[in-house]
Amino acid sequence: MKAKVRFLLAIVVLGLLMTGPFIVTSFLVWVDMKDAEREMLTELLLSRLPIGTLMTLFGFAIGVAVLHKLFKQYVEGLLGMAEQLRLMLGANRNFRVRLDGPPEVQQLAQAANDLAAQRDALLDDVDSRIAQANASVEEEKNRLAALMSELAQAVVVCNLDGRILLYNNRARLQFKALSQGPTTVAGGALIGLGRSIFSILEKNQVEHSQEIIRQRLANGKSALANFVTTTRGGQLLRVQMVPVLSAALEPAEAQMTGYVLTVDNITRTLEEEARRDQALHSLTEGSRAALGSIRAAVANLIDYPEMDSELRERFVKVVDDEAARMSQRLDQTMHEFSDSMKTRWPLEDVLATDIISAAQRRIEDKLKLPTKTEDVDAALWIKADSFSLVFALVFIAERLQDHYQVRDLRFRTVSEGKLAYLDLIWVGQAISSETFYTWEMETMQALGETSSLSLRDVIDRHGGEIWYQREKAAHRAFFRFVLPVATPAAELVDERRSTGRPEYYDFDLFKFEDKSIDLDRKLSELTYTVFDTETTGLEPSKGDEIIQIGAARIVNNRLLKQEIFNQIVDPEQPLKPESIPIHGITEDMVRGQPNIDIVLPAFHAFCEETVLIAHNAAFDMRFLQLKEARTGLRFTQPVLDTLLLSAVVHPNQESHKLDVILERLGISIGSRHNALEDAIATGEVFLRLLPLLEEKGIVTVRQALAAAEKTYFARIKY
Amino acid sequence: MSKKILIVDDEPNIVISLEFLMKKEGFEVVVACDGEEALAKVAEFAPDLVLLDVMMPKKSGYEVCEALRADPAQAALKIVMLTAKGRDTEVAKGLAIGADVYMTKPFSTKELMLRVRETLGQA
Repeated sequence: MKAKVRFLLAIVVLGLLMTGPFIVTSFLVWVDMKDAEREMLTELLLSRLPIGTLMTLFGFAIGVAVLHKLFKQYVEGLLGMAEQLRLMLGANRNFRVRLDGPPEVQQLAQAANDLAAQRDALLDDVDSRIAQANASVEEEKNRLAALMSELAQAVVVCNLDGRILLYNNRARLQFKALSQGPTTVAGGALIGLGRSIFSILEKNQVEHSQEIIRQRLANGKSALANFVTTTRGGQLLRVQMVPVLSAALEPAEAQMTGYVLTVDNITRTLEEEARRDQALHSLTEGSRAALGSIRAAVANLIDYPEMDSELRERFVKVVDDEAARMSQRLDQTMHEFSDSMKTRWPLEDVLATDIISAAQRRIEDKLKLPTKTEDVDAALWIKADSFSLVFALVFIAERLQDHYQVRDLRFRTVSEGKLAYLDLIWVGQAISSETFYTWEMETMQALGETSSLSLRDVIDRHGGEIWYQREKAAHRAFFRFVLPVATPAAELVDERRSTGRPEYYDFDLFKFEDKSIDLDRKLSELTYTVFDTETTGLEPSKGDEIIQIGAARIVNNRLLKQEIFNQIVDPEQPLKPESIPIHGITEDMVRGQPNIDIVLPAFHAFCEETVLIAHNAAFDMRFLQLKEARTGLRFTQPVLDTLLLSAVVHPNQESHKLDVILERLGISIGSRHNALEDAIATGEVFLRLLPLLEEKGIVTVRQALAAAEKTYFARIKY
Repeated sequence: MSKKILIVDDEPNIVISLEFLMKKEGFEVVVACDGEEALAKVAEFAPDLVLLDVMMPKKSGYEVCEALRADPAQAALKIVMLTAKGRDTEVAKGLAIGADVYMTKPFSTKELMLRVRETLGQA
């Protein structure tokens, strides 16, 4: 019942209360009276009726006034307060109820305000705790990412579908080196967040390992599986798999939710092992026949001393022959296989200069002994156990300082075929060979630390040598370390695009299950390829061609600037001079680049299983579609157009040019008008449009496509 | 009557010693330089025992051994493999395909003689 109706009802009740008892009493008295009495009463009453009515009316008016006042203060006041409370509950947390009206209402309002204050404090506390928890989660993620990126091993984390959730820099470089085709095109296309690991590793083998791990888990054994696989390029990879387990109270109940792969390229190791085997074989088996002949001849010479001299001569000749052949074979084997015959202490490939600068730092900091370098080859790689080698250098430096008062030391490298010489040079007094011999054999001590090794051990560990030599003319002497030269596997060049922590991980992908594109998935959950092309002109049907494709990926609402595709294409036709200022690509830049027949398959692979996004996508798609017949490649995935989506969100805005949208959405982008930069700008726009689309109830790809289509027809003039 | 021995090896430096040794020990000796010649000499000369090398041109010692063991006429022929192939897998193979004795080079001539006599039942 409305407040107004109740108010009117209350007035009626008041009127009845004020007149009712009098009328009822009068009626009862009237019924009881005799006629004479009634006449007398009528006369008496009628003469005084006006004043009675007036008094009643007056009383009624006062009653109504009081009632109205009470109604205003209690009913309407409370209604107003209720509205204010609602406001406080929803729209504006900081609103407080106004304190007016009677004291009881004011007290109520005060109590409500106090409750609100308490609520705010609690909410703030919850918020700050959430923020704290998020920050610590973020920090842990960062720590993990940092750790991973520094690992010397290639590590890839996948979910059960084989989607890559995380990979480190080493993995990126290693797989990049494995990828086929022109590396500038295929580079990095194989590995990427949300991509399938099966493009790199054999699916059957990975699934087999998963099965082994499940069995081991079920049997309570340590869950781990190894396999060796061959890549399409013929490289051998050793892969170790350990499971990522869901958090469970009992370890036995833990479910496998993904796995960590550690990948080693063992092609070279295996080749080396094969060579070592071959050497061993040639030394053993090869020697058996010769030794057999010698032994038999010698036995005959000894056992039958009475044989005639001609025969004796022949046996001696056999011995001589075979001994010579064996020596020759030994020399040959040692020469061919010297590298493989070295002791197998695990040596790493390091730059000689890195060893030297590490030694220099310690010598200068700890011994306060100045050092210099002369003729150090910056590109000389050696095989070394850097820790023990640096320790050995510091050990010698300290000895020279203590016993020979050497004032400064110099380092030099000389490369001699398979051997590298690392010289430690000083000016002044020569040392005796006995001294050097003791230094070589005793366990090393330097900077107060003791090593378990002697200098000789370190040298042996490297399969190297050390000697002491004098340069008499220059009054100098030096220790020469002879170390094996390393030929590092095609040095993995790190070319991070931007500074800062790379975005190589995305744990949210653990929830990522579907393989094909489901149009009813939420926009924010999908993987996208945002791309842009530069072309020779605006009319593909009249022979204009693509000259650049730039693209980046969006995975789980993050624009991954590390996983990019950026390729200039040779259009095989002259560029239009007037277009050059627009795209900034010159004849020189396109010359020698692959043509579209090579680039398009690589781009097709790059955007496989993703939704495409482009600004004014129709234009770019047209160029791609015109190549379908020639390359046989079809881009069948859904395409979203940021131009249309912007028009969906802001239908009343005049312009939806990329620049204008960037400004409207407050996105600042360094430079533009290169395909990659425009693709990245488009990606940023898309991510900003997502929440705005959601406000309009557009959540899924299907809805976005439908809305875009509607807008497209509305804007058909464009 | 003295027993007949066929020496099969392509290395003249070992053949000379083996030939000398076997003759000194009173055997009648014939030499073959490769696998094919060996099979021909077995047929022609009918030896009691073959000293057989493994790595030879034309036919390897293993092949010769298999061919001899497949021939019922040669059932009584004794085969001593004398070879530089010394891995246990190779020894196992030699014995499996029918060699009576498998000796790896280098060998002691005394032991060789001992095994030859043993095999011929002269010990």
